[in-house]
Amino acid sequence: MADEVKKEPRKIVPKKYPMPEQDPKERTKNFNEVPIGQDAQTAILEAQRCLQCKRGPNRKLCMDGCPVEIEIPAFIKQVQEGNFEEAIKIIRQKQNLPAVCGRVCPYENQCEGNCVVGKKNEPVGIGRLERFLADWERKEMKKGKIEVPPSTGKKVAVVGGGPAGLTVAGDLARLGHKVSVFEALQYCGGVLIYGIPEFRLPKEIVKAEVDYISRMGVDIKNDFVVGKLDTVDELLQEHDVVFVATGAGLPDWTGLVGENLNGIMSANEYLTRVNLMKAFKFPEYDTPIRVGERVVTIGGGNVAMDCARTSLRLGCKESVILYRRSDAELPARREEIHHAKDEGVRFELLAAPLEFIGDECGNVKQVKAIRMQLGEPDASGRRRPIKIPGSEFLIDAQTVLIAIGQSPNPLVPMTTPDLKTTKEGTIAVDEEGRTSKKAVWAGGDIASGAATVILAMGDGKRAAKSMHKYLLGDKSWPSPEVFEKLSCEM
Amino acid sequence: RKAKAGQFIMVTPTEHGERIPLTMADFSPEKGTITIAALEVGKTTRELGTLKAGDKLFSLVGPLGLPTHLHKYGNVVSIGGGIGLALMYPVVRSFKQSGNHTINIVGARNEKLLMYESEIKSVSDEFFVCTDDGTKGHKGFVSDILKDLIAKGNKIDLVYAVGPIIMMKVIANITKAHNIKTIVSLNPIMVDGTGMCGSCRVIIKGETKFGCVDGPEFDGHEVDFENLTARNKRYMPEEQIALRRWQGAK
Repeated sequence: MADEVKKEPRKIVPKKYPMPEQDPKERTKNFNEVPIGQDAQTAILEAQRCLQCKRGPNRKLCMDGCPVEIEIPAFIKQVQEGNFEEAIKIIRQKQNLPAVCGRVCPYENQCEGNCVVGKKNEPVGIGRLERFLADWERKEMKKGKIEVPPSTGKKVAVVGGGPAGLTVAGDLARLGHKVSVFEALQYCGGVLIYGIPEFRLPKEIVKAEVDYISRMGVDIKNDFVVGKLDTVDELLQEHDVVFVATGAGLPDWTGLVGENLNGIMSANEYLTRVNLMKAFKFPEYDTPIRVGERVVTIGGGNVAMDCARTSLRLGCKESVILYRRSDAELPARREEIHHAKDEGVRFELLAAPLEFIGDECGNVKQVKAIRMQLGEPDASGRRRPIKIPGSEFLIDAQTVLIAIGQSPNPLVPMTTPDLKTTKEGTIAVDEEGRTSKKAVWAGGDIASGAATVILAMGDGKRAAKSMHKYLLGDKSWPSPEVFEKLSCEM
Repeated sequence: RKAKAGQFIMVTPTEHGERIPLTMADFSPEKGTITIAALEVGKTTRELGTLKAGDKLFSLVGPLGLPTHLHKYGNVVSIGGGIGLALMYPVVRSFKQSGNHTINIVGARNEKLLMYESEIKSVSDEFFVCTDDGTKGHKGFVSDILKDLIAKGNKIDLVYAVGPIIMMKVIANITKAHNIKTIVSLNPIMVDGTGMCGSCRVIIKGETKFGCVDGPEFDGHEVDFENLTARNKRYMPEEQIALRRWQGAK
């Protein structure tokens, strides 16, 4: 097949091959995945849109945009020739969670953002190819133990089974170290399992990815809260190194009057009930959830989109997003915003809540809000929203979801006194992910504040390299002053 | 191994189950065991009631929450009602070990629902029993005994109360009038139990706190009991549906 491609003069196919999707009217009635995925023939055609660029002095390649450094042209070449098994092997060398990344990465800013084809046309659909291969692997390849090199005898403890922790676990297991993952919830996956909804990332896929990692010999200890059971210091007595990846799981609140009324929930509680506990299948599953006729979600990020779209699927009549800036500033991915709009989510932009009003039983019934206008750019470069006096208005709402951000989980820093933190509560780390405590690394949201899944994996990758070097005998560690500086700078 | 008085655990009986908070009535680091006590009030606790020795729980997490702050206060009056007695036992035992004079009041609806009576008695300097229907001890409420102790001029340095919200509220109101420091162990609705969702948020002195990480124990005079009562009713219809469905299936 490759020969045929070479013989014909190269013609660029301007658009990505379509990825079939569930119809918006149908999909708001179920929790099934929205994009259905490509078939093998389409995947091969999509791969053939790739020009197989070589690295040049001034040319950024797709793989330079990938935080986990997948050899993208190499795996795509295999897909062009229909060698799916070889292609997924190339991905697996660097990537521990391909089925996840092929779904939730913001490719437009990463690999696909650097694609040469994308300069004039649509970039090659790298994300959907990764997804295709991971799905193919899950369906077609035999399950069994995955070969890793002979044991080095070194022991690694990973605190937190989210994207950063699983990346470290996968990378270090692949190098022959004995890894244990300590996870507080009943399943590993972190935000992949409790946060991102089923219709974007089916939980069976997350479980299969975790299973792949345990088949590499990683010992997964669920229901283990580090800091309440063993502390980091106690883990260090039995392990050579520790990686802390406990995330930013603490919901931020508005602090407005009426926030503790019934019907008002953090996005975390709402999504945990629905995704982790499967409350959308109540009473088949025991955890209850309730949505009223109108759901108002406060915030404009991916979490807010997930809340608003979940609410439609739970049967509310109207799902409204209340966001204080305009459409252009919405922090969610464009794709998510489009999906939400297609499904009928109403956007109430340039409006901020002032107060939550309840009935006599303590249930929320209205949100009092105010119109905003955009002023001068603030420190983050975004235009600052300013209240328009006298523009207060009321929206009826029986359910209100607060999706305005998350803060770092404080339990590990609290129970590890010699771990330096920043003012924001994140753990101070150097460029290799090393912390102020020798033999302890940190990464993901606990080190960077709430960010994306793929950045957490990138952190994990970087830390794993540094940990491997240390385990092989290079015990050098930055001086305490480095962390003094880091903790006040940020 | 790590459990301390006042802490709790989260239990999920089956894969389809919900996570519920339960108190540890006892723990033995030597044997590596903990004892939990649950009152059958709905689907999940009734399902737990059908388990036999040797059965396994799908998931158990803990210990969670902050342990009871132990200190030599002097005269400590501890009051437990109903299932709260299970949590009360390790707490009063620790109060005793910390050198306090322990006055313990236990109450329940009737004699059959009195739990850990002899255990609590064994770590009591003074001990009182009451039941709503008078089947054992004083007929009436635990608050009657507390009022009586105060009226007789007993010196009380701390009151500790665990039980139904209404009981803790009544106790807190009594002690507030006499300016006696009072600790209550709250029981809001929880999901994860580790501080990541805020389902268990309670209002303490006008501020939002998380029952699972900042508590479960708080100053009884600072708790907004009305808010807690309203919040704990928020899934009552669903709780009924789950229970009826489970009973129908059996």
